[in-house]
Amino acid sequence: MHTLSVERGCLERVYGWSLVRLGLELLVCSFLGLAAGSLQPLESKTYQLYLCVPLLSWGEPALSQVLPGLWGLSECGAWQWPGAPALHFQSSSGFVRALTDRAVRGALRGRPSTAMASGPLRAPCLELNLQVGLSLCPASFGQCRSVVIVFHSFGLYRLLPCSFPFLIFSFFNSSYNLELFSFYICAGEENWVDSRTIYVGHREPPPGAEAYIPQRFPDNRIVSSKYTFWNFIPKNLFEQFRRIANFYFLIIFLVQLIIDTPTSPVTSGLPLLFVITVTAIKQGYEDWLRHKADNAINHCPVHFIQHGKLVRKQSRKLRVGDIVMVKEDEKFPCDLIFLSSSRGDGTCFVTTTGLDGESSHKTYYAVQDTKAFHNEQEIDALHATIECEQPQPDLYKFVGRINVYHDRNEPIARPLGSENLLLRGATLKNTEKIFGVAIYTGMETKMALNYQSKSQKRSAVEKSMNVFLVVYLCILVSKALINTVLKYAWQSEPFRDEPWYNQKTEPEKKRNLFLQAFTDFLAFMVLFNYIIPVSMYVTVEMQKFLGSYFIAWDEEMFDEGIGEGPLVNTSDLNEELGQIEYVFTDKTGTLTENNMEFVECCIEGHVYVPHVICNGQILHDCTGIDMIDSSPGGSGKEREELFFRALCLCHTVQVKDDDSVDGLKKSQAQRRSCIYISSSPDEVALVEGIQRLGYTYLRLKDNYMEILNRDNNIEKFELLEVFSFDSVRRRMSVIVKSSTGDIFLFCKGADSSIFPRVKEGKIEQVRSRVERNAVEGLRTLCVAYKKLTAEEYSNVQKLLQNAKLALQDRDKKLAEVYEKIERDFILLGATAVEDRLQEKAADTIEALQKAGIKVWVLTGDKMETAAATCYACKLFRRNTQILELTTKKIEEQSLHDVLFDLNKTVIRQNGSLTRDTYSGLSTDTQDYGLIIDGAALSLIMKPRHDGSSGNYREIFLNICRNCSAVLCCRMAPLQKAQIVKLIKLSKEHPITLAIGDGANDVSMILEAHVGIGIIGKEGRQAARNSDYAIPKFKHLKKMLLVHGHLYYIRISELVQYFFYKNVCFIFPQFLYQFFCGFSQQTLYDTAYLTLYNISFTSLPILLYGLMEQHVSPDTLKREPSLYRDVAKNALLRWRAFIYWTFLGVFDAVVFFFGAYLLLDNTIVTSNGQVFGTWTFGTVVFTVLVFTVTFKLALDTHYWTWINHFVIWGSLVFYIVFSLLWGGIIWPFLNYQRMYYVFMQMLSSGPAWLGIILLITVSLLPDVLKKVFCRQLWPTATERIQTKHQCLSVEQSTIFMLSQTSSSLSF
Amino acid sequence: IKPSSPCNKCLNVSWDSTPPCTCTINFTLEHSFESNVFMYYGLSNFYQNHRRYVKSRDDSQLNGDNSSLLNPSKECEPYRTNEDKPIAPCGAIANSMFNDTLELYRIDNDTRTPITLIKKGIAWWTDKNVKFRNPTGDGNNLTALFQGTTKPVNWPKPVYMLDSEPDNNGFINEDFIVWMRTAALPTFRKLYRLIERKNNFQPTLQAGKYSLDIAYNYPVHSFDGRKRMILSTISWMGGKNPFLGIAYITVGSICFFLGVVLLFIHHKYGNRNTSADIPN
Repeated sequence: MHTLSVERGCLERVYGWSLVRLGLELLVCSFLGLAAGSLQPLESKTYQLYLCVPLLSWGEPALSQVLPGLWGLSECGAWQWPGAPALHFQSSSGFVRALTDRAVRGALRGRPSTAMASGPLRAPCLELNLQVGLSLCPASFGQCRSVVIVFHSFGLYRLLPCSFPFLIFSFFNSSYNLELFSFYICAGEENWVDSRTIYVGHREPPPGAEAYIPQRFPDNRIVSSKYTFWNFIPKNLFEQFRRIANFYFLIIFLVQLIIDTPTSPVTSGLPLLFVITVTAIKQGYEDWLRHKADNAINHCPVHFIQHGKLVRKQSRKLRVGDIVMVKEDEKFPCDLIFLSSSRGDGTCFVTTTGLDGESSHKTYYAVQDTKAFHNEQEIDALHATIECEQPQPDLYKFVGRINVYHDRNEPIARPLGSENLLLRGATLKNTEKIFGVAIYTGMETKMALNYQSKSQKRSAVEKSMNVFLVVYLCILVSKALINTVLKYAWQSEPFRDEPWYNQKTEPEKKRNLFLQAFTDFLAFMVLFNYIIPVSMYVTVEMQKFLGSYFIAWDEEMFDEGIGEGPLVNTSDLNEELGQIEYVFTDKTGTLTENNMEFVECCIEGHVYVPHVICNGQILHDCTGIDMIDSSPGGSGKEREELFFRALCLCHTVQVKDDDSVDGLKKSQAQRRSCIYISSSPDEVALVEGIQRLGYTYLRLKDNYMEILNRDNNIEKFELLEVFSFDSVRRRMSVIVKSSTGDIFLFCKGADSSIFPRVKEGKIEQVRSRVERNAVEGLRTLCVAYKKLTAEEYSNVQKLLQNAKLALQDRDKKLAEVYEKIERDFILLGATAVEDRLQEKAADTIEALQKAGIKVWVLTGDKMETAAATCYACKLFRRNTQILELTTKKIEEQSLHDVLFDLNKTVIRQNGSLTRDTYSGLSTDTQDYGLIIDGAALSLIMKPRHDGSSGNYREIFLNICRNCSAVLCCRMAPLQKAQIVKLIKLSKEHPITLAIGDGANDVSMILEAHVGIGIIGKEGRQAARNSDYAIPKFKHLKKMLLVHGHLYYIRISELVQYFFYKNVCFIFPQFLYQFFCGFSQQTLYDTAYLTLYNISFTSLPILLYGLMEQHVSPDTLKREPSLYRDVAKNALLRWRAFIYWTFLGVFDAVVFFFGAYLLLDNTIVTSNGQVFGTWTFGTVVFTVLVFTVTFKLALDTHYWTWINHFVIWGSLVFYIVFSLLWGGIIWPFLNYQRMYYVFMQMLSSGPAWLGIILLITVSLLPDVLKKVFCRQLWPTATERIQTKHQCLSVEQSTIFMLSQTSSSLSF
Repeated sequence: IKPSSPCNKCLNVSWDSTPPCTCTINFTLEHSFESNVFMYYGLSNFYQNHRRYVKSRDDSQLNGDNSSLLNPSKECEPYRTNEDKPIAPCGAIANSMFNDTLELYRIDNDTRTPITLIKKGIAWWTDKNVKFRNPTGDGNNLTALFQGTTKPVNWPKPVYMLDSEPDNNGFINEDFIVWMRTAALPTFRKLYRLIERKNNFQPTLQAGKYSLDIAYNYPVHSFDGRKRMILSTISWMGGKNPFLGIAYITVGSICFFLGVVLLFIHHKYGNRNTSADIPN
């Protein structure tokens, strides 16, 4: 079986080592995993097949020597099973190998022949793996189905428990060493079986059917929780200590426990315990909530049929094969095959709002052979099996087969498609009840498979914080190293190392020098470890967590219409909102209301505006028309009526009768009682608009369209033909026959497609009107008609018939026919429909642009409309030069040329204006706006064969970068994400934000750094997947300009301040080592060490992080340009960081040497008594606490009572604590070194004077720096601040000053 | 100690040399000391703040805890037990207590008048009365109370024989308490004796010649240390310390200067800024 033709010796050596390593890893990881109780299936069925990761560690050369065939495989190949159509192995050298899905599947199922036979499978690599798989599959494990997973590193603990024995097995059975690359999963794990058989109603299959393979399906339980009651503590601890910071503190704590360190383990253990506990409680609570939510879903009652009776059971007890009954407006409890419905035709209507966000009704069809079963008994008698594919996440794809058995006959097999599959999460509408059989349950439903756990997004601030942490870690290590080295240098003289008064103990003397030195190093580490405070993480987390509530509670962002305020789904990104450089926005529903409104119509140049809009209020039974122009004459009247009828008839709107609404209401508001449904909201708007003008479309009944005219008479038209809309023709037509026998052809369509076909009518007037409307951003349509005689109609009919019957090129022929028929129109008029911009959308966009944010509109809409909207919302201005990168243009020139041309234009402009670029949007500079469409984009994104795929992208990016606004139209949802990704990964790594309301925006929302969902009409899909959800687009302004800005300021100050205060704290300790013989003596008492970060200085900064408003929110909103001040992580750049660090060092030096000079050779109490080392430390500490707090107070611009309370409260607390701590002999302490130290200090005059002096001195440079920078190089923010201060507080002073200065200047 | 110093001969003394090496240093006070005078001894290069040293004590033993008396804390190693007997007071700090005796004489026409040195009131009140306590038991006989313990290795006499007065003996001996308050820096001074002003008409110490008799027991040469004796008076502001004064003056003048500069800048630029803002 072993067919490899490679040298064994080599292999064995390599694999032997791999085996040992992998084995160790496996054991460790499995142990960890088992211990944490976390061995669970990977969430979905997407497996990454790391085929050669273990090999990789041996380096590419070795690899290539051993397995020449694997050479191309030096990077791991990723393979998605089974959704991905092909298997890709990609290597660093660009070697791509694709295999067809079928071949791989066949191969993996143990039919190497299939795989071998198929063309592209030349790769020894795959052969190798397959051989391995086969060679390992022992007879007793015949059920083993597929080769899965080679794990490397810690990902392994997620392995299935059931795979473990197999792993062991393969270890012992290793006549071949290759098995480490693969092992088997037992047959019980159905996940990997690629089809499943379901017995409807759990009936045994009749004899003669295929062999019964027992299959286990999960129950219908939805599990979104992470922990169970039992594994919470170990798993949570494990998760928490995976965080590098926690791990660090754990190590410090352990070091303290093990070796003799200057500080007791309590000092780091207590905070750590606190942090861990708080986090565990928070996570536990969240998980508890998830459990509750899961339970609510899992326990909700479901009707299903058992032995011909209807039974109610909890949803979680549902099994695959159960027959379920669902009533109207209920959600489907799992994925069902639709068997029958209460509607006679075997259809049902479903909305998938909860699934993909589409709110329109979709029709599903019952299985032909079962749709007759209408009650429980009948349905229970059904004897059938279903074969279908294993669950996969694609919502719109399903392949299956149902075998229906009738009286021992051969089964009738019917194909099943996605039109038979009712998905969990969708809601049944307009159908009394349906029956269905469960095929995918619980976590295998398509909804659950689509539920992605959002990847953790990390903010830029967090990243720079981590960088700073590393810097500090380096500082820490180098400090410890320096001290260790110095210590041994200093100790080289024996009288220093061991003077007579201070002998070492016996064990200390005997200890090995190097061990001693290492212990000393660790001890120094411990001594200085406070430089990276535990509490920083807690504070940052708290700040974010509480801060997110401040956003959610913002009353200004509360929307009355929806009754909802903003939602915060992630609290980690508050500050990221202040860093946005690119905003990607959806158009429909985001910029606009997604609420089409009929605005006006123009009949032969006369403009009609429905009253409703004219008066600005809705008059319900208004049928009047407000004519702006003079009333038309007789012929006009006729045309007018024709126009209205045309609009009433020329559409594909369906009417949904609200029969269920009680009759009284219906009769009262008869006209409003029907609801129009259409695939295009424009049509609905038109029909509704016409309704307001007096013509109501009632329904389509037996091919007769009924309309209610102004005089409340019902007119009937026979619908003869519908030429449906398509985007090439850009028009649609109907042919109707009126009751009088006249045959009309009504056509409506885009102006560009109508006007050339018109032979009479007031073209000029209409055209001018249409153009005006288009500029205003209205969607315009033109309406025309032509009268057909009976002969003409029969001709048309014939033509159509021929075309429809054509077998080849039917579409083309139809189009030809349409072309022939749709001509020689008489123009009636035009309509204008408005998709109104959201309130203040233009204002918001303008503000964002002023703030230096580039706004991109990504829409699926067509270019003209989108461009009009962009003009309307001031994304493009009058003077914006539009660059087009569209399919049309690319057809004319090659993509290459177009790109280069555009690039040249932009660069030329840019070159002359480089200096001005920052001043931005002043009127004299030329703005560029780019319009690109989906097709062009995909051309650009497509990697070229010669491997220089980056080339076009670079140019494209360059163009985009120089455009103030970009509009991308005709975008597929995935393309939206692609664009976001493109920008995100470009050189500058800008921070991106995506905002949208529909399911089609989800991908881009997930992709962007910050995703914002609009709680809009198209379901809550976007809102649920977003990081923040807001009710309206206009709230984005406040979100970014105010909240983002403020939170950025807050968190950056918080981070810097934290580092600063810990430098102040620890650096004196460092200095002290030079005076205590590098003996790791602490300067401060243990209590002070422990509590400094926890209680003396923690609350003020937390509060600052929550409350600070360096500029009032109103000002921030009014002056968007202030946003530029914080752009690009301005406050956390190296300069700022170094400034703060040096400030900290300076302060520390002042504290230490100040206290040194103060206490050195000085008698400081009035009774001549002396102070000791602890007083020294206390003086330093007191100065430290006060300075650090005052520094924060100086930085605080926004004072509330709570700020006062916390800042002064902390100081008071410090004093009270010190008094207490020193006031009593604490019985539980084995030392009393702090006893009365603080009081003694306070009783000394010089100590007071010294402390005050030192505080002043250490604050001085910061104050000076602030004042100087403010005066000499003020940032915009600071100017605003000064202005405000001047205006409000120091008005008179400024006035006086300006007077004096003006007099001076003379 | 300079080689010329009369105490040079004592450099190599050891702890328990008997009789102690004595030496006399003469000095002259230029000014008379008007108010109470404090007499300090100073040591340099003595690392009382070494970690091993600082923690080498047992506070509960010093607080009179009987169990700790007989079983001192491990921190006291290697000064915890001697010949299987617990040391009281244990630890390196106690062990290395300063044990020179200083006596001050005024030389007036070649007659040496001893000056009364008061040895009480040199330690913190709270230390003497709360933190440090002799072990309790029947009776007040310290010898009996310290039964079962042994003296620190370097001490000539056990702790209950530090002083003749019962309220200044044992753990509450003030010299001992002062020593036990470890100094922050390697060069430090500790209060030794007080010289009280006798009456209002005479300064405490007149200007003139004095001599200091030292019973030199305490070896500092081995660690390159020095000993000093300091006489000082004290105001409410504490002892004479030029640092505070200089610092205050410096900081004050810097502040003043900067204030002027800032005012100037404010005039010059502040106005420009506000006016520049108005067009916005």
